[in-house]
Parts: sequence; structure tokens; C-alpha cells
Amino acid sequence: MISLDVVTFSYPHRPPVFERFTWNAEQGEIWTVLGPSGCGKSTLLLLLAGLVHAQEGSVSINGQELARPRPETGLILQEYGLLPWATIRENAALGLRIRSFYGPDGRHAPRGARVDRPNADARVEHWLRRLDIADIAQQTPGQVSGGQRQRAAIARALVLRPDLLLMDEPFSALDAPTRESLQMLTLSLCVEAGLTVVLVTHSIEEAAFVGQNTLLLSEPPNATARVIEHPHTADAGYRASAAYHATCTQLRQKLAS
Amino acid sequence: MTSEPTPRPARLSRIAALIVLLLLWQAAALIVQQPILPPPTTVLRVFLREFPGVLGRHFAVSLARVAASIGLAIATAAPAGLVLGQSRRLNHIFEPFIYLLYPVPKVVLVPIVLLLLGVGDLPKIVIITMILFFQILVLVRDAASGIRPELLISVRSLGAGRRALYRFVYLPASLPAILTAVRQSIGTAIAVLYVAELFATKYGLGYYIYLEGSSLFDYPRMYAGIVAMSLLGFGLYAVVDAVEHRLRSAE
Repeated sequence: MISLDVVTFSYPHRPPVFERFTWNAEQGEIWTVLGPSGCGKSTLLLLLAGLVHAQEGSVSINGQELARPRPETGLILQEYGLLPWATIRENAALGLRIRSFYGPDGRHAPRGARVDRPNADARVEHWLRRLDIADIAQQTPGQVSGGQRQRAAIARALVLRPDLLLMDEPFSALDAPTRESLQMLTLSLCVEAGLTVVLVTHSIEEAAFVGQNTLLLSEPPNATARVIEHPHTADAGYRASAAYHATCTQLRQKLAS
Repeated sequence: MTSEPTPRPARLSRIAALIVLLLLWQAAALIVQQPILPPPTTVLRVFLREFPGVLGRHFAVSLARVAASIGLAIATAAPAGLVLGQSRRLNHIFEPFIYLLYPVPKVVLVPIVLLLLGVGDLPKIVIITMILFFQILVLVRDAASGIRPELLISVRSLGAGRRALYRFVYLPASLPAILTAVRQSIGTAIAVLYVAELFATKYGLGYYIYLEGSSLFDYPRMYAGIVAMSLLGFGLYAVVDAVEHRLRSAE
């Protein structure tokens, strides 16, 4: 599904972040991207989102080379992604409003994906309930907790029925219990919908728990994709298992090497 | 959502302020005992008699000029501010011009604008618009450039192109700045209105106040004109407050 083919990318007047970098991910796979700050994790996500473009090589999704953001890709950032003046419900509905603003032109919205008003409202309500934020939907982001804000951001992405979900440190600003329960919820929703997921994190534990595969990045330039596969079922018991701790140890050693 | 009426304490404090001002005025009139400072009772009587007639017409003309200026200033400065706020390159080019022109007191340009645009309403509207323009431009620009990049990236990832970003992010983010700019400019706008209406016109509160006070020496009428001008400003503040309240409760 995702294919980075000998990609070279650098920001202006900086050494390259990626140099002839190749990496592939299949449909339905759950990936975590782990590395120290400044390693290019977030850049990788922006490349996959079509928000920045490689100088050489190609980034394709489903065989289509990316020239602009793809309507079927969802993106969730650590913070500040919600409109601060709009309610949680309006934020969750924003993607659909933007789609009806342009109409199904195949560029800003998938072709043939016209959604009428009652259908849109029902879809928004459905995801507000699934993420357990229906009762605070009339509040603005500033009035609710960080965990609830991230739930709103996730609802907003899932309302658009993406096939690929990109997340940049989505749980890093949250306290431990909130983080763990939201990791579980997000994961189960993504698996249920058969989504391909790429989650960027600096936390070894998160990389081990959420991902079935982990892509390790290091000091730029990144030239080869170091991949660790650790398939598992991500239920509450997994966090206490020996396999989980073995994965953490393995990731920690690879990260240091 | 319907907008609520002005909250009670605000309304009470406005009435209290009015009473205090009238009492101070009355006291000053009693102490001075000169025709140049008539007591508020006399002025109010004249105001109530004149407002339905001549004074009201002057009031309407001044109101129309200020309202047209505010509308014109918002219509030109807000889009320009939005564009400058989201393009670092354009802002880089235009910023020196803004900072050179903004501090020039626009009042000094009154004779020039009158000379260029002649008599009639247009030069007066243009002068007031110029004052409001820079205030709105700078505040809207700063509001637009202060939007977090994370927000823009997120909204772009939902499919928003340039047009949708303006509609869903830049415009709502700068509405408070537009209102702040208008509120800050009302006082200056009315001061300049007075100056502009001294020249080449037979209508407007500026003309009325100057005529009654300095040519006819009818001080109660002059003060009735000043009261009308105060009400004009008060009314404009009330409208801005109401619009802001509406927007806030609609959020």
C-alpha cells in the first residue's frame, strides 16, 4: 500500500533527512516509527501525507504517486490540530464540511463520495459515541481534557472513512492511564476498520505495544529502513507479557546501536 | 443560538455612568454661570425638540458616512490582512510600506483628499476609511499569521485547499481582530468625522456643531449636537459589542 522508492528529501539549506531511502508497508499493517528527536519521523509522516514532497524518488500510496494530500488519508497530530473556536462536534464534522464545500471533485474529496446532511450528521454522531465524547460535543477544545481533544481528533479523522491513518505522537501529551486506554481504543478501531496505520513515537513502550512492525530511524541522513517485526494481539494482557518486554528490550538495543 | 440581551450589570452601570456625567455637568454649569456652558436640562430640552427635525438629519448623514467608512474599511483591509498574514513573502514586501504610512495622522491629509476628491460624501468617507484600514489590516494580519502550523496542517489533511483554509480557518480566526480594530477606531473615526465635516458640506454633525457654536453662538444647540455625536459613538460601540456577543454565542 505504502511505497517509498529511493526517496531523497531535505529541507532548504539542510543536510538530507532521507537519502535513497526505500520502505514498503502492506494494506492493513500497523506500523510504528521510532527514533530520537530530529531523526526525521515527523518528516516521514508529512511525506506520506503529501504535505511535503521528495526531491528524488517517489512516494506512492496504492500505486498512485503523491502530488498532494490524499482525501483517503487521515492525519492526527500531537496537539493544536482542532479549531479552538469551534465545538467538538463541529470539529469532528469539519472534514465532511470541507468535502461538501468542494463537492466530490476527486481532488479534495473522493470522487462519488457525496454525503447529504442527515447522513453526515449521523456519521459524526456515530464516531462521537464510539470515542465516548458525545456528551461533551457542545464544548470547545479549550474546555475539555487533552485526552478528550485527541479523541475528537481521532473521531474527525475516522468520520472521513480513511484507509490510511497517520499519527504523529498522538498520545505523548497525555497522562499514563489516559494514554494506555486511548492506545487500546485507537488500535481496536483501526483493526476493526482494516486501516493501515503509521504511528510516529519517541516512546519504546508505545512502539512495542501499538505496532506490529516498527521502523527504526536514526540520525539523518537515513539511508536504509531498519525494520523489526513483532506481531502480537494488542490486548490489555499483552502489556504484562514476556513477549512485550522482549520486544521493548530488542527495540532499546537496536535504538542504541 | 439566539443572542442574549446585554447583561443586567452592564446595562445598570451604563445608566449609572450617564447619571454621574449629567450630575457633574449640572454642577459645572451652576459654578460657571455662563451662556457657554448651559445646564444639561436646557440642552436636553433643545435636543428633544431638534432631534426629530434638523439635528436628526445631520445625525443621519454623519451616521451614514461613518457606517460606509467602516464597511469599506473592513471590505478592503480584512482580505488584505488575511493575504499578508498567510504569505511571509508578501508581508515582507508590504510591511515597510505599512509601517511608513500607518503612523501618519490621517487628519493632516484632509485638505489634500478634499482637493483631490472634491466636495460631497466621498472624500469624508475616504479619510475615515484610511484610518480604519491600517488598524484592521495590522490586527487581521497578526491574527492570521499567529495561527498554529499544526492547525493548518491538520485542516489541509482533511482536504482543505487554499479556499477552504480561508473559509474555515483564516476568516473565523480573524473575526475577533476585525471587531477589536473597529472598536479601537471608533473614537478616532468620529474625531476625524468632525474635522472632515467642517469643510465643503452643509450636512453632518461636525457642520452643525461648528455652525451653531462658532457662527450663531447658539450654545444649547451646539451642545445638543455634541450629545448627538456622543450617541453616535455609543451606538457604534453597542453594535460592535452586539456583533461580538452574537459571534461568541454562535461558536
